[in-house]
Amino acid sequence: MAGAARPQSSPAQPTQVMPDLLAGRKIFERHCGLCHGLDGRGGRGPNLNRSELERAPDDAALKTIIETGIPPEMPEAWFLSEKDVANVAAFVRSLGKVTIEPLPGDVARGERIFASSGCSGCHIVGGQGSGFGPELSDVGARRSPIYLAEAVRNPSSRLPEDFLMVEAVTADRKTVRGIRLNEDTFTIQILEQSGKIRSFRKRNLAALRKLRNETPMPSFAAALSPAELQDLVAYLASLRGAS
Amino acid sequence: MRRWLAAVVLPFVIGAARAQVPASRILHAEREPGNWLTYSGNYAGHRYSPLAEITPANIARLRVKWAYQFGTEGNEVSPIVVDGIMYISGPNTASALDAKTGRALWTWRRPVPSDYHNIGFGRVNRGPAILGDKLYIATLDCYLVALDLKTGAQRWATKVADYKFGYSMTLAPLAIPGKILLGVSGGETGIRGFVDAYDATTGKQVWRFYTIPAPGEPGSETWSGDAWKTGGGPTWVTGSFDPELNLVYWGVGNPSPDWNGDVRPGDNLYTCSVLALDAATGKLRWHFQFTPHDTHDWDASQIFVLFDAPVGGRMRKLIANANRNAFYYVLDRTTGEFIAARPFAKQTWARGLDAKGRPLPAPDSEPSEEGSLVWPNLNGGTVWFSPSYDPQTKLFYVAAREIGAKYFKREAEYKAGTFYAGGGEDELPADDAWGAIRALDPITGAQRWEFKLHSPPWAGVLSTAGGVVFSGSDEGNFYALDARTGKFLWQFQTGANIGSNPISFQVDGRQCVSIAANRVLYVFSLP
Repeated sequence: MAGAARPQSSPAQPTQVMPDLLAGRKIFERHCGLCHGLDGRGGRGPNLNRSELERAPDDAALKTIIETGIPPEMPEAWFLSEKDVANVAAFVRSLGKVTIEPLPGDVARGERIFASSGCSGCHIVGGQGSGFGPELSDVGARRSPIYLAEAVRNPSSRLPEDFLMVEAVTADRKTVRGIRLNEDTFTIQILEQSGKIRSFRKRNLAALRKLRNETPMPSFAAALSPAELQDLVAYLASLRGAS
Repeated sequence: MRRWLAAVVLPFVIGAARAQVPASRILHAEREPGNWLTYSGNYAGHRYSPLAEITPANIARLRVKWAYQFGTEGNEVSPIVVDGIMYISGPNTASALDAKTGRALWTWRRPVPSDYHNIGFGRVNRGPAILGDKLYIATLDCYLVALDLKTGAQRWATKVADYKFGYSMTLAPLAIPGKILLGVSGGETGIRGFVDAYDATTGKQVWRFYTIPAPGEPGSETWSGDAWKTGGGPTWVTGSFDPELNLVYWGVGNPSPDWNGDVRPGDNLYTCSVLALDAATGKLRWHFQFTPHDTHDWDASQIFVLFDAPVGGRMRKLIANANRNAFYYVLDRTTGEFIAARPFAKQTWARGLDAKGRPLPAPDSEPSEEGSLVWPNLNGGTVWFSPSYDPQTKLFYVAAREIGAKYFKREAEYKAGTFYAGGGEDELPADDAWGAIRALDPITGAQRWEFKLHSPPWAGVLSTAGGVVFSGSDEGNFYALDARTGKFLWQFQTGANIGSNPISFQVDGRQCVSIAANRVLYVFSLP
């Protein structure tokens, strides 16, 4: 039926059926959630709440992975029908993707506000800018406009999942603050705002504190008018990765 | 006459030459500290090495002796070392390595069938077993395979179960006099678990004990309807053995489906229990259930540690277990009598235990539609990776996990060979989780010291007579602590998460320690 209204010029086109996200979620919870978490945010398996999946660059690759698994850890879902696989794949994609919706702001004005507010001093977009803060080239695909607006107004309330500021005090009482790049039981690697990377053995530190909910990013709630904020959010929402 | 003599004498001569590791050697493993003859180093589950060359005073000089690269990822092997040869295993593979150099002497492979599915666990193998002239491997597709020690040639392969129904094997078999014992995985696929014993020479099954009783059998009153048929109770971690009592102690895993207990009302014996089985017959001598009617996937799939100690003024034969449910338990291993228990990691699911060790469930700790926040998470306060018991310090060392999760309950529908779990969990964020190596008083479970870890560990503990305890972190650190104080001594970054058990052995007159870290097996020694 859906194909009947299509132009006859592409008869080879298979009938497009919208995937059933709810059915996909049910299958995901039953068969995938043990490792990926029921909400797909990861556990023993990786977090799938991402706009781009390393091993599944496109939907065909994602379906293949669901069908064949990734030995040695991920089992194949041999018992799922083609439709089931499509539904799960669609659900997995929905985890990390924000749908495009019309926004009241102006993208071009937002881009100018981004430049004039000094955002590129910390964020790389499309290969331009400085890299202290998270890259934003595809932030519009990963984050909803509501999230983006809140992140601009109140940055500490919307930190990325693996983002953590830390403060290390060296034996000679020098304080080092920065973004944690990596950490194990014995060592920590910190990126300072200057761009300098510091590596410490924890036993040589006088103190080490996790600065939970802290960020070097200032709030732009006062600096931007509501209209400017709308423009900036429209610009950020338009950033959907390399085309 | 001459022919008659030859017929009688020859088998003895050949038998002696072939019997490289008779059971008597494993029974007295402490007499040859340079070897590592069984999964836990001894039958008592101690994972303790009597070697004392590496000490807190000289460990700073410990360095890599050699490394071996596996062909697969995520290796969890605990090797066997005998007379200068190390035997390792992976998923459907085994190799003999020259323990001096790490060079492979032979490799055996069994193809994994294309329709095999690992459901609820990785494609791993935790180690081989050795007895006589054979090496024994439990395969993913459920065969017990006996290999010739010298060449790796297959002597026989016995089918244990049908993998198409979700059965699998990842454990190191347990070789006891005359028999090879094993258990199965499949707690997420609704199997009916069992412990099996096979004749070490012929591969013929000697006995089987089903962990889920059939209707009419003792324990069947803890099930209703047909739930027992898909009741789970896997047996995926190697058991311990007391040769004097001739009892084998084996942990039983979760009931199926994991998180939705509605379809299986009752205590669901013998899930989440320890079984004391007669080694000769497989008959159940006693059992103790740690988590009746489990709904959190808290298998009793840990190493059971046997030791003797005074309790209430008299020496007792004891069995101890740091359980996935976050309690440390001590039982009498002759009778199964409950002696003591206390939490060794954060737990919020029980208000405590009654006088017989039965838990008193806390409110709102059951999985629910909207999610219930409970400690520990499904991987537990600890799990399959081994604890260690040090007879010198008389301490029980456990790698403890401090992590909570929201548990969800969902519909469960049984379909052979697929997930039959009925829910799941969402873990708390990584920075809200951590881990520790804890030294416990083995009789009471009281904590003596703690060494904090950045994240919940997935590696076992080795104690050594040199007063050094070894373990690995999820960030790849292989590290050493002072056995008496827990003070940090040494660490090496292996480059990949460690999810395996360390062992110690001797080669070239030098004490070595080894650990598998993902794709690489490292061996360390002093220069």
